[in-house]
Amino acid sequence: MTGDGCAEIRLMVQADVDGELTPAEAARVSAHLDGCAGCASLPAQLMALSGSIRREALYYPAPDALHAAIRSRIAGAAPQPAEGAAMPDMNQYTAARWWKRLPRPTWRGSAPFGAGFALAACLALVVMLPRGDGLPDDVVAGHIRALQPGHLLDVTSTDQHTVKPWFDGRLDFAPPVRDFKAEGFPLTGARLDYLAGRTVAALVYQRRQHVIDLFVWPDGRHFDRSPVVGDHSGYNVLRWSRDGMAFWAVSDLNAQELADFVRLWQAE
Amino acid sequence: MTLPGVADFERVVLPHLDAAYNLARWLVGDATLAQDVVQDAVMRALSYFGSFRGGDARAWLLRIVRNTAYTALAARQRGGTASLDAMWRDGEATALQVHDPADDPEAALARSENVAQLDQALAALPLELRECLVLRELQELSYKEISHVTGVPIGTVMSRLWRARQLLMRNPVEGGET
Repeated sequence: MTGDGCAEIRLMVQADVDGELTPAEAARVSAHLDGCAGCASLPAQLMALSGSIRREALYYPAPDALHAAIRSRIAGAAPQPAEGAAMPDMNQYTAARWWKRLPRPTWRGSAPFGAGFALAACLALVVMLPRGDGLPDDVVAGHIRALQPGHLLDVTSTDQHTVKPWFDGRLDFAPPVRDFKAEGFPLTGARLDYLAGRTVAALVYQRRQHVIDLFVWPDGRHFDRSPVVGDHSGYNVLRWSRDGMAFWAVSDLNAQELADFVRLWQAE
Repeated sequence: MTLPGVADFERVVLPHLDAAYNLARWLVGDATLAQDVVQDAVMRALSYFGSFRGGDARAWLLRIVRNTAYTALAARQRGGTASLDAMWRDGEATALQVHDPADDPEAALARSENVAQLDQALAALPLELRECLVLRELQELSYKEISHVTGVPIGTVMSRLWRARQLLMRNPVEGGET
């Protein structure tokens, strides 16, 4: 038996194990196995490996939050009876930047789920983040609240020099305001929010279809503090302190890109 | 006007979300990014649904997931480099590394060492080999379906499966000499 012959027949043995052969082809494989000691054990090895993978390797089912998020987004893309005439034509979605036309994920129309999810997110964060910080609940709740239509922005501007003065007279501190449009995190505006028993600044950034809320307020306890990350399927939270200010970034953006965003803030 | 087929889409495509997420999770190796990939892929599938001609909706969706995952991997490669690792290396966050929401700690503990090894070995396979093996063993797709999802000929699917399995078998069968 030549090496080349066996190399070829081994793909056939594999195909046999995978149930891909016609009866005639399977008979040819079987005849080869009867006469070739080198190949005889191959079917058993392949089946053992296949069995191990199916038995032991992780099959990752879609998390509940993903099911819900997708249903919510599909509902958002479907025509609203009240504004049927304003619906974009389906073909527009196939344009190169189709995703820009997609609505932001909202929890509209799924209030029970939204509430449950917010609660789950908060529970997870309390576990993840250091004890003594009761804030994650408030921060994530604030973010989710802000995603409701009409709640996200008090001032709409992509210009940090418009946003920063807007806070004057509305806050008893001057939050730093920075735009990272060039780096792919454009500032879209800001609003006032209420956290930790005080009014705080919320800067709003956009990353593709994801919204990033960055809450900022004076941190009396820590002048500088390293970033800490926490997450719960869908919401990532990063907090740090710098120059006497506390920063909390919240988003459903993936952790890596949110960390990129925070790194931009940390850079001088 | 109404969008054609949203109800059909939900009925035909959404049952395959588990398959979509499993493939995305194995391709990108990150739970959060995998969720982003599946969300984007499903919305893309919705926009393409008008051109779906029936047939195997699972393979059709998986093909879109696969392409979206490759796009996301390419974007990640261009964009940031292990930013989390670099950022948190010295901070208090080292003990709080990004948690994998899909990984239930108790389930993880319950898994045997062998399972972890097989899992790691599978995760460590080159991407094009891993995707073929995941599609075959975990999604139970036929060669023809794998060929459709990956866009490579059936012969290539067979040789990739063979290489993947050889790498995973404890005693890979050597060359042809007997």
